[in-house]
Amino acid sequence: MTAWLTLMAVGLLVSLGAALVRVWHGPDRADRMIGVQLAGTSGVAVLVLLAPVEGWVALNVALILALFAALAAVGFVKSASTDGGGDPEEGEDPVEPRPVGRNADG
Amino acid sequence: MADFATYLFTGVGLFFFVAGSVGFLRFPDVFSRLHALTKADNLGLGFITLGTAFQAEAWRDAALLALIWGLVLLAAGTVSQLISRDALRERDEK
Amino acid sequence: MTLIFDAMLCALTLGVALATVLGCGVFRTIVFFVVYGLLLSVAWVRLDAVDVALAEAAIGAGLTGVLFLAAFGKLTRIGVEAEPSPKRFHLPAALGCIGLSGAMAWAWFALPEPHRPTPDLSDALPRAGVENPVTAVLLNFRAWDTLLEGTVLLAALIGLWILTRDEDWHHRLGRLQHVRSGGVMESFGRLLPPVGTLVGVYLIYIGADQPGGAFQGGTVLAAVGLIAALAGLLRPPRITECSWRMALVAGPLVFLGAGVAGEVFGVGFLTLPGSIAEGAIFIIEVALGLSIAVTLALLVIGPPEGGDSE
Repeated sequence: MTAWLTLMAVGLLVSLGAALVRVWHGPDRADRMIGVQLAGTSGVAVLVLLAPVEGWVALNVALILALFAALAAVGFVKSASTDGGGDPEEGEDPVEPRPVGRNADG
Repeated sequence: MADFATYLFTGVGLFFFVAGSVGFLRFPDVFSRLHALTKADNLGLGFITLGTAFQAEAWRDAALLALIWGLVLLAAGTVSQLISRDALRERDEK
Repeated sequence: MTLIFDAMLCALTLGVALATVLGCGVFRTIVFFVVYGLLLSVAWVRLDAVDVALAEAAIGAGLTGVLFLAAFGKLTRIGVEAEPSPKRFHLPAALGCIGLSGAMAWAWFALPEPHRPTPDLSDALPRAGVENPVTAVLLNFRAWDTLLEGTVLLAALIGLWILTRDEDWHHRLGRLQHVRSGGVMESFGRLLPPVGTLVGVYLIYIGADQPGGAFQGGTVLAAVGLIAALAGLLRPPRITECSWRMALVAGPLVFLGAGVAGEVFGVGFLTLPGSIAEGAIFIIEVALGLSIAVTLALLVIGPPEGGDSE
């Protein structure tokens, strides 16, 4: 069982390494932030898999990673807004259907 | 029996994680890559926590695993909305 | 199989570290640095240092990312070209780094075996009043270091506040945060803090017997406060507000008071006698956790930047 769980963890690390290639190339900043989120989720998964092996206290670390996985992304969208304190959802009507190409008149 | 469930679910979870990474690498657009992250990775994490829960010795650990998955779902939902709106606005500005 | 995992983890950590240093583009460097922190926290768990892993997860994955990204956003907004100059191989810098790494490697392998038998921590642990050896060392046997750490954090915050312009001194800290009401960010800021506060308080409480403690719980609470502030739900205080200042100094003061009380009662400065050690450590941890939480949160929020004069 330990060997299997560790093998799964190795697979997760390989998958994370492959995803980091996309983070390297970008090209958008959003691509890189998605990579951070992916790394956070992978880290949580690796720690969950290691918990039966290393001791269930590792779940506390996984809990903290899960709690603050989004913090970097929230900081990113905040800093990318025009005055450093905004919300990307501001200025949008709550229900605004985008015109489908077929229905829009020429 | 519990061991078989762990083998099965963690294997399925790893498959979804790899699928998410492949999607992240190969999809052509920021928005489709976001789909790969939000759906595939969190489903993979769900399966992995489910598989590991069968190895738990106390109910506390299994409950903590469920809480971890719930929190990651919350974070992923929030992050995907925020990043996609930011990417949309940045694309519209170009 | 664990050897393969360790090798993979080391390789990935080294690769991410190289990508951080070699990447040209500040944003990419920041992203790889955050990923580096994540991988380090996994490595700490693998090394059986769960206390350090807890702190690394909260700080490296959360607070540091927000700090760097906010700084990068500010640089972009004021129009400073944040991209570094094109790559040239800088020979003196390379030689200096290689020399330093080589010297550290040689020193590591040249460390002598201790000649006299050093006192074993497990012998001294029953006298410490707590069962977590990390907490015993931090708050009892080597309390001097922890006291100075708490003071250094406070000094860092004061150093940050010195950067405030005179006309901004009475404004609230940080930038004004505004979010769409009922939107995703506000909902996140409402849903997460209750869970996070519970986890943070729990970590401070169990620090006596399990991995946790003042620093780990304090950083979790700081990150929770930061989320609430970013979602616009928690207005940062002003520098001049007295209650917040008291929260900042409470931890170091209580710690210092415990040390002085030890001197006054004749057992020695910062010495906790075994009978009262458990209760004293608990009180110190609570005060220190509160101070660390407030200090770290205010450090990331930053100095007052005007624009919010209410």
